[in-house]
Amino acid sequence: MAKTTIPKTKKSTKRPARKNGAKVSATRNDDGSDKFDPVAAQAEYLKRKESQLESIKSTDADLLKEMLYQMVLGRVFEQKCAEVYRIGKIGGFCHLYIGQEAIAVGSQMALRETDYVITSYRDHVQAMVQGIEPEAVMAELYGKAGGNVGGKGGSMHMFSKEKNFFGGHGIVGGQIGIGTGMAYAQKYRGDDDVTLCFFGEAAVNQGIFHESLNMAQLWQIPCIYICENNRYGMGTSQSRAMSTRNIAKKAESYGVANEFVDGMDVMAVREATLRAIERGRKHSLPTLLEMRAYRFMGHSMSDPGKYRTTEEIKNFQTRDPIELFHESLAEAGIITEEEFEEIEARAKQKTQEAVEFSENSPLPDEAELFTGIYKD
Amino acid sequence: MPTLTIRDALNEALREEIIRDDNVFIMGEEVAEYDGAYKVTRGLWKEFGNKRVVDTPITELGFAALGVGAAMAGLRPVIEFMTMNFAVLASDQIINHAAKMSYMSDGQFNIPIVFRGPNGSAYQVSSQHSQAFEAFYANWPGLKVVMPATAADAKGLLKSAIRDDNPVLFLEQERMYGLKDDVPEDDDFTIPLGVADVKREGADCTVVARSMTVPLAMQAAEIAQKDLDVSVEVIDPRTIKPLDIDTIVESVKKTNRLVIAEESHAFASVGAEISHQVMENAFDYLDAPVFRISTAEAPMPYAKNLEELALPSVEKIIEGIKTVSYI
Repeated sequence: MAKTTIPKTKKSTKRPARKNGAKVSATRNDDGSDKFDPVAAQAEYLKRKESQLESIKSTDADLLKEMLYQMVLGRVFEQKCAEVYRIGKIGGFCHLYIGQEAIAVGSQMALRETDYVITSYRDHVQAMVQGIEPEAVMAELYGKAGGNVGGKGGSMHMFSKEKNFFGGHGIVGGQIGIGTGMAYAQKYRGDDDVTLCFFGEAAVNQGIFHESLNMAQLWQIPCIYICENNRYGMGTSQSRAMSTRNIAKKAESYGVANEFVDGMDVMAVREATLRAIERGRKHSLPTLLEMRAYRFMGHSMSDPGKYRTTEEIKNFQTRDPIELFHESLAEAGIITEEEFEEIEARAKQKTQEAVEFSENSPLPDEAELFTGIYKD
Repeated sequence: MPTLTIRDALNEALREEIIRDDNVFIMGEEVAEYDGAYKVTRGLWKEFGNKRVVDTPITELGFAALGVGAAMAGLRPVIEFMTMNFAVLASDQIINHAAKMSYMSDGQFNIPIVFRGPNGSAYQVSSQHSQAFEAFYANWPGLKVVMPATAADAKGLLKSAIRDDNPVLFLEQERMYGLKDDVPEDDDFTIPLGVADVKREGADCTVVARSMTVPLAMQAAEIAQKDLDVSVEVIDPRTIKPLDIDTIVESVKKTNRLVIAEESHAFASVGAEISHQVMENAFDYLDAPVFRISTAEAPMPYAKNLEELALPSVEKIIEGIKTVSYI
């Protein structure tokens, strides 16, 4: 599921202009600051929709509907996670993706099946978009035998070799170097596959980000680095953690092609990813995409959220990526209201089935404690 | 049977495995054009080129991570650290990532990778270049730790490590690269991981040594035989993890005395672990408390006399043999 062939893109294969306006968020200031202005936000929303409508025209309608479904499923699933976490069904850490759905859906659904994906601990939605069944993801959160990795990994460590999903990783930034190595292997074998490597903006302050980008450009490794800038590293805002906040620009230090992308606009994400994919497949070159979004929920379920105001969250919620895409598809005549309701109902049904599956799945057998440590 | 140095035996192992398996490549600082900081990779880049022998920037965390990712995707990287001291920068990838990947993914992704390089002291290179890390890595389920002490073992164990489907720390010793012995001439000569070797048979006292302390223990055993009439059995576990404790326990049951000689510091060391396991498995057979020789509990000093004082020596091992023998 959730896999498509890559449509031919009309965009230039050369380094895309970040300053062409169309795909760059109006709220982006050069220093990366993001003060909220309701008037500007409304103007931005309309501009974004205008841009989406343009992109929608050249994209297959069934694919668009599937993208919307995946975004809605991601939202509904994560809301359910929060609900069952609160009643003690899920233990440990639980990092939710609400607000960032456009990034996973827009980028991963631009891949082909042989490409690779790796991400951080905020991995439920990436795992599902990559084709891991919601039942297996939820059962993993429940710590049950039917979980994606048999209850050994939990929220932060979803994996599927079959779906080329190289995991959920819990050390901030660790997967940036691993993703670089996955793409290195693709090039070593002479394939023209690429790797999508996700990480948050706070990981950019780790040494591994800089070491990886240097190697990737030096050795021409087809890794697509997707920085999901949700503006907070746990409870510390980007402005309190980063001396220069234009992350896309940091790639220029290493000669890596880069693009600033509106991470609330699934079509902008898709198109930027397609450009990066082409650069990877044709020229075996890396790309850094900084995708600006907003984390609607806390860092994890145990986050009291005292570092930001309710007003700030509400303001950003007015730019909900799912509402935007829904409106755009409706205006473009791609879906009817009935069809949207059907999508929502299907997502809720699927999520409910995942919960029921997880409730009924047995606990892992005690012998599992010692399996899989080494490969014989 | 040809006589090779440990350096050349390692070189042969790498060369043969590169030829044997297209997925094997070696990566590290100065491994290619420079021929290796310690010449372990001498000639390989000229023979196999940039794809199989890759010079890296000084970016230990980065190329270790790249190796882990490449291994997840099916390649068999051999990552050389110029010294294991520098691998501490990469230990996030070795411990947090490589060691756990198979388990966290419920066996879906294994990591066939070798992290190798010189471990322990050299000659007056002071505190930051003289550390022995075997206990650090052996503590983590998911890793294997190998420490050869002869050329034949170096070759056979490195070939096994490269063919192993798990992350292996292959710890060499700079002082030992020039030591020579006979090495079988066979492209498929391997020594299985996890099997100890009785380097010298004896009846009165067991000395368990590894890496640098093996040749020291062999000398001490000769002297003990000649001067003290004590017959010493020298056992080299060769693989620290998994540890072949059975061979050690069997020996202790025969000799009733155990000396452990190691280059690492004593606290929470591999020697401490061996001592504990012997206590568990052969408590009633011990006629004396286990005696341990480790590097002094101080960072390594530069001055030659202080360095000698800090390190294990033949004399210290003989003292240990005398102590457990109540001589």
